[in-house]
Formats: sequence, structure tokens, C-alpha cells
Amino acid sequence: METSSVPTPSPGGLPPALRGILPVLIAVPVLLLFDRLLASAPFATYLLSIMGVNVILAVSLNIVNGMTGQFSIGHAGFMAVGAYVAGVLSLSFKETALSFLPVAASDQVFLVVALLAGGAAAALCGFLVGLPSLRLRGDYLAIVTLGFGEIIRVVVQNTDAFGRALGLSGIPQTSSLAMVGFWVFLVVLVARRIAYSSHGRSLWAIREDEVAAEAMGVDTTGYKVRAFVVSAFFAGIAGGLFAHFVPIINPGSFTFVKSMEIVVMVVLGGLGSTTGAIVAAVFLTLLPEALRSAFTVMGAEGSLAQKVDQIRMPVYGLLLVALMLLRPQGLFGMKEIWEVLPRWLPRRRKGLA
Amino acid sequence: MSEAVKTLGEREPRPPLLTVEGLKVHYGAIQALKGVVLSVGKGEVVALIGANGAGKTSTLRAVSGMLKPSAGRITLAGQDITGMKAHLLVPRGMAHAPEGRGIFPNLTVQENLDLGAYLRSDTAEIAADQEKSFKLFPVLRERRKQLAGTLSGGEQQMLAIARALLSRPQLLLLDEPSLGLAPQVTETIFRTLREVNAAGMSILLVEQNAHLALSMAHYGYVLETGEVVMAGNGKALLESPEVRKAYLGE
Repeated sequence: METSSVPTPSPGGLPPALRGILPVLIAVPVLLLFDRLLASAPFATYLLSIMGVNVILAVSLNIVNGMTGQFSIGHAGFMAVGAYVAGVLSLSFKETALSFLPVAASDQVFLVVALLAGGAAAALCGFLVGLPSLRLRGDYLAIVTLGFGEIIRVVVQNTDAFGRALGLSGIPQTSSLAMVGFWVFLVVLVARRIAYSSHGRSLWAIREDEVAAEAMGVDTTGYKVRAFVVSAFFAGIAGGLFAHFVPIINPGSFTFVKSMEIVVMVVLGGLGSTTGAIVAAVFLTLLPEALRSAFTVMGAEGSLAQKVDQIRMPVYGLLLVALMLLRPQGLFGMKEIWEVLPRWLPRRRKGLA
Repeated sequence: MSEAVKTLGEREPRPPLLTVEGLKVHYGAIQALKGVVLSVGKGEVVALIGANGAGKTSTLRAVSGMLKPSAGRITLAGQDITGMKAHLLVPRGMAHAPEGRGIFPNLTVQENLDLGAYLRSDTAEIAADQEKSFKLFPVLRERRKQLAGTLSGGEQQMLAIARALLSRPQLLLLDEPSLGLAPQVTETIFRTLREVNAAGMSILLVEQNAHLALSMAHYGYVLETGEVVMAGNGKALLESPEVRKAYLGE
């Protein structure tokens, strides 16, 4: 009797219980080490933190856009909810410390609480936006999520408690690379767990054909809303983290442009591919910086340097166009990196020989 | 309204599985179904024939819970299922192979079949049922690792039927299984459907190909502009001059 094929990669034949904890055991010391090593390099720390936040955003958006096939373009809205809720909380508890803990530890406790509150608020918004998604498909849903993102931004911009257009400053800068890394790790773990569970199967089915999914007994409504909630939660966490390592947050950080940036990451990585979203998020965070240093290294100074800097963004755009033309399905398509790389590598070797 | 229905031939008595009474469906202001009455007995093949826009697909979709009826009553195995959602009807024994096949094109044949058994957890029996579907449609076994979207139209239809059967339904709803298929392929599919029925499966079949549907069905209903205008056993309908004129082009 042939058994059905389950698409779980089993590395090294470890017992499943150990395989579950192993990534944690590896990740925590590595993250702490990174944190120490980069303590004297604030820009690298900042860039890596931004990268981490973008990875969280891309991987979480991929749950909705990639796995479930619902086109949401308001992810920056959820991020803003998380950033402002966590930011306001941290500001109001700025002077408070848990006396039974060292100050640094107490700070981290408050940070986690603020992050969770921001994530929960974003998740609630995700639920509210998820509701219309029951009735809307494709372009229509995109417009609803777009509207949601803008509403959040405009509300923030006109609320005194959120600092209006000036934004919030003075939020304790308690985030660290280790903290960002921990959440990156968590969102990836959750995304992978979802993808390889029956939950993931249901999402794929909805993405492929909603009517057929329903005919198979998939509660399409429930799964779509749940996907939205999980996705929004992590966007909120990303926003919260962001608020705790940038000196100031204002509505300008959460515009439609930011939402599109995240969508681009997901599409570029390949809709449905978690590793694709990660690679694309890392790539798109580094690209503008790499172009910046590339153009600086080219030796231009003064006004010429400014001119060179101006063509940086068009080059970025052109690169995106070229990538989409060459690989319209995204870097990895719907697959993961370990499914795609083995197929690329032999071909490359043959080409060299 | 039942006076308006012309009935031909005898119906073999069977315990009822599905009953539909006074079923009405509206799309906005447009009324698609104006009180459809029909029933399917246990182990029976019932065909629903009619022209384009007569309401065949709407009837099927209302029965399987994909459409909410605005009036009427539907029962399955004696239980009222009116207005119940599709995903809740699957565990009650309803399997719908929707129009246009509704396979998952970017998943493999195997994954499609796995999804057919979505609500079941009896792994060993699922595997046995899959074996059965590979016996019914041997070509699916050869193609099991292929993406379903790369199958031919006929193979996709076979996959859709095999997948629907994997939920172990009491009643199989088929919407236009012959749509866009070569006559030979259609024949294969209908031969298999006969086998499935011979093993006890009740089938409600919507078809434009009236001849094909009626020659297989125990009983048939003719739908016209949202109403049943004629009913009868398959043979009698096939021989009736009205049906021959309207749907068989004679």
C-alpha cells in the first residue's frame, strides 16, 4: 500500500520533539552573540533591525497574500497600529520599573508587554478587516485593505495622543537585535508550521479555488479571517519593534508606499514562499543601502554626489522591473529555497564546465 | 404548481435521500429558481436537464449550500439542511464536483485527492479509498505527482469526481461532467459513474447533454426558466416527443 506523500522535509532524521526545539536552541545564543558583536556598530545594528522588521512584515503578509491568495495591500496600517499602541504604552510606563528585577530586565519585560499589546490591537484590526474579506475577492478586497491602511494613517495624523503629524518621540529605545531576531524567528516558525499543517492545506485550497475548497469541506470564511488575524498580529509586532529602535515614529512611516514595499517583497520572493519572502525582504532592505554606498564609492563628492544619489531610486525601480521580467513567478515561485536551489545548482555547474 | 408538471413513466420506489420543495433562489432582483421540486432516492441517479439559464446549476448550488435559497426546504437523509453552508454539508455526506471541474491546478493530483479526504482522519481507509479511485481512473495513478493544471480536460474531470468521492459522500452532485470533453472521454466518465452508482452511490447529475444524462439516469427532471416542467423515468423522458424536440434536436 502506497502512503500519501506529505511534503515535510525531514533533516537528519531527528526525533520530532527535538526538531521542534532545536531551532530555538541554536537561535538564542546566535542572536545574543550578534547583539554583543555589533554593540559598537550602531548603523549595522539599525540596518539589521530594519531588515528584521521587514522580514517579519513580509513573512506575515505572505500568510494572507501568498498562502491564502487574498490580495491585501494595507499591511502598513497594521504595522502602524502596533507601533502606536506599543509606543504610547511604553511612553506612559517610561518611568516605571519592576523593582524586583534589574533595570535592563525590567525594560525588556515592559517591551514585550508593549509589543504584545500592539500585536493584539493589530490582530483585532485584522479581524475587522478580515470580515469584509468574506464577501470580497481580488481587486475589491485590495481596495478595502488599502482604505483601511489610509484610515489608520489619517486617524493617527489627527489624534493628539498619537502626536498628530509630528509623531511620537522619546519612546524608550529598548529594542535590541536579539529581540527583533527572536520575533523574526517566531514568525518564520509560525509560518512554516501553518504551511505544513492541515491548516496550511486549507489555505492553499482557498488560494487555488475557493468554491472547490468549500466543496471539500473547508470553512473558507473561518480560515480567511484567521489568516488575517495572524498576519496582522505579526505586523503589529513589527510595528512595535520599529517604534522601539527608531528615534521618532510619525504617520509618514506607515503610508501606502510602505504597504506596497511589503507587497513587493512578497511578490518578488514568490507568492506563498516563506523563504522567498525572507530573501526578498533582506534584499530589498539592503539594495538601497548598497546602491548608496556603491555610488558614494564611485568617488563623487559635493553636488555630484547628490546627483548620483538622485538616480539611486530609479536604479532600484529598474532592478525590480528586470527581476519581474526575468522571473515573473518571483524568486522561488510557490516553493521554498531548499526545493529550488538543488535544481539550480547542477545546472550552474554544467554551465561552468 | 405540481399540477403543471407532466409526469411520464413509473418511478422505482426507493427510500428518499434528498428532497427539495419549493426552492427559490434570487440573484439580486432576478429570480433564478421559482419553486423547484425534486427528490433523489437512495442509490438513484437523477438527471436535471434543461437549456442554458434554466436554473440547473443554481439548483445544484443551492442544494450543496453554495447559494442561499430565498425560500423552500431541502432535506438530506431526513434532516433539514436548508441554508446550511457548503463546508458543513460535506461531513453530512454531500459532495459537489462543481462546474468547470474546480480542481486545484497548482497542487499535484495526489494533493488534490488528499484534499478530497480533508475532513477524514481515518488514514488507512483513506488510502484504501484512494486505491479504489485509482482503480476507477487508472490514469490518475500515473499522473499522481503531476500538477493537476497540466492534466487534460478529461483527466481533470476524472480527478474532480475521484476527489469528490473521497469524502465518502451519500450523495454526489455533478455539474456538467461532459463539458468540453471529447465524446470518447465523456463515455469513459459516464461508464465509471455507472460503476460508482452500481456500488450504491446516489447521484444528482446536471447535464446539457440530455441524451447522455437520461440514458444513464433512473429518473429525470426537465427544468425550464427556473421551474420543473416535466419529470419521469429516464427512458420515458428520452422517448417523449417534447423532450426529443426541445433537447435532442429532433
